[in-house]
Amino acid sequence: MAVQLETAPVLAVRVPKRSLSGELRAVKIVWQRDLIRFVDDRLRMVISLIQPFIFLFILGTGLSALTSGGTGGVDIRTFMFPGILAMSLLFTALFSAASIVWDREFGFLREMLVAPVWRGSIVIGKCLGGASVAVLQGVLVVAVAPLVGVPYSLTMILGVIGLQLLLAFTLTSFGLMIAVRIKQIQSFMAVTQMLVMPLYFTSGALFPVSHLPAWLAVLNRLDPLTYAITPMRHVVFAHLDISAAARSSLDPGVTWGNWTVPIWLDITIVFAIGLVVLWVAIVRFSRDD
Amino acid sequence: MKPTESAAIEVRGLVRSFGAIEAVRGIDLTVHRNEIFGFLGPNGAGKSTTINMLCTLLRPTAGHATVAGYDVVAQRNDVRRNIGLVFQSTTLDDYLTAERNLRLHAELYAVPRASVDGRLRQVLEMVGLWERRSSKVATFSGGMKRRLEIARGLLHSPRVLFLDEPTVGLDPQTRGSIWSYVRELKAAEDITIFVTTHYMDEAEYCDRIAIMDHGDIIALDTPSALKASIGKDRVRIDTPDNERALAEIAAQFGLDAVVKEGSVILSVENGERFVPRLFAELDVPILSVSVARPSLDDVFMSYTGNTIREAEATSSEKLGRHMARMGRR
Repeated sequence: MAVQLETAPVLAVRVPKRSLSGELRAVKIVWQRDLIRFVDDRLRMVISLIQPFIFLFILGTGLSALTSGGTGGVDIRTFMFPGILAMSLLFTALFSAASIVWDREFGFLREMLVAPVWRGSIVIGKCLGGASVAVLQGVLVVAVAPLVGVPYSLTMILGVIGLQLLLAFTLTSFGLMIAVRIKQIQSFMAVTQMLVMPLYFTSGALFPVSHLPAWLAVLNRLDPLTYAITPMRHVVFAHLDISAAARSSLDPGVTWGNWTVPIWLDITIVFAIGLVVLWVAIVRFSRDD
Repeated sequence: MKPTESAAIEVRGLVRSFGAIEAVRGIDLTVHRNEIFGFLGPNGAGKSTTINMLCTLLRPTAGHATVAGYDVVAQRNDVRRNIGLVFQSTTLDDYLTAERNLRLHAELYAVPRASVDGRLRQVLEMVGLWERRSSKVATFSGGMKRRLEIARGLLHSPRVLFLDEPTVGLDPQTRGSIWSYVRELKAAEDITIFVTTHYMDEAEYCDRIAIMDHGDIIALDTPSALKASIGKDRVRIDTPDNERALAEIAAQFGLDAVVKEGSVILSVENGERFVPRLFAELDVPILSVSVARPSLDDVFMSYTGNTIREAEATSSEKLGRHMARMGRR
């Protein structure tokens, strides 16, 4: 080894001052790291599909005996499908955000914290990584569409993937906002468990929101997830051949009083929330210890 | 690089408190360019707190410090560009290969793309891990991980490399090899190495050392000067009649010897030169003899009145109470 050093001239490199292109390289590598680790971890890929599929095929099949009258002839599994798409994103995105807590516990986070980069670049890279992984996972759920009575169509698939990207971005940012200051993975799991179930069940992922009692309707309209599920369901239902009555009861859109919130506004709301929580995550992450 | 700059690290009146506890109590320090500077002290003496302030991870409560000519508070990013860090506990991504860990580092530090491949190979060869570059870090031993971390810390050609307890938890052979990389490195590159350790024997590898205890620097000099400052060698002899030996030594040389664990022990300057005289002038037969130079342990003891192990025991107790109060961070 000493010989090597004497024969080869020392290649001194220079680290340039912080620049936009430097920050972009940091964002990209943090994003890539999450992708590499996801692709390497096939077990995680399989495991995170189990829960959505249990809901869809076991709970869905069990309930279909009860509900065939109430859905206007539409299979309950077809109805649940958009909600299950969102569910897979929810778990995967939060799991990805948890990786920052793992990194802190296992020490790797320090490697990123002492690097001459803006902390925001690390958060943005993590957010993109989590969102990409969630969408890759989500696409696997989209693939089972024909099994639940939703035939493949290009517009449906592209629309769903687009919405998945949006929702995964918002959910990962939300998870990061919580994760960046948490030191232990158990605490993160406890906090997210406490938040995820109420958010998911109030959102109307598993039931139509048209005829809810007033208290639940209010909670439902306050739940940000509602505004992501509604467009998702709209895109899936748009090319189903079902009766007008069934459509209006199963895919009514979100209403504020008598006004039906247009789909573009649903999407804008989800995106705006995503930007706000991402910003909060960056601010929290940049704070000194 | 600024040609005028001579000090790699300049510390003036640096203080860091955690609540009521002053972990670092206003220290002054100058580390010259291209030296290996050892930072010694028991666990809990304030070494890591100091290093965290120098590498911009912790804000000083008072005082200031520059590293590679940049202020650690006002010019954080400039400091970060110019330092390499190897922490006490590993900060590698176990699930990535050695090479990917280094490439990730190169991207985070925006190392110019054209130099990445060459420099990557160079640092991996230096620590003898080039052949293992495609293995996942999880398969590495503790010593290999530490070597990889040193390679990573060097990848961006830092001007100051901080090694925080680089050998803790490693076997003696690996500890030795880590130090030989460090010395090779100093010869090969224009780099200053700031290393903390609580192994006194390792301080011998340093050009200069500072000893820290209870948040203060209590001694700072070259290892040999520090040892010389406490002076004498220790000569130990075994005789059949220790009492008579004591009396004769007092009469012939005017020295106060003591009996410890059945041997006669006396402190003298230039022990090797003294031993032949001892043989010549003592009537009591000498069964065995040994001469010991003062070790840095002795240095530590003479400055703190404690051995490093005793000091460690008391400060870890203190730390324990401190942590209990702060809660787990």
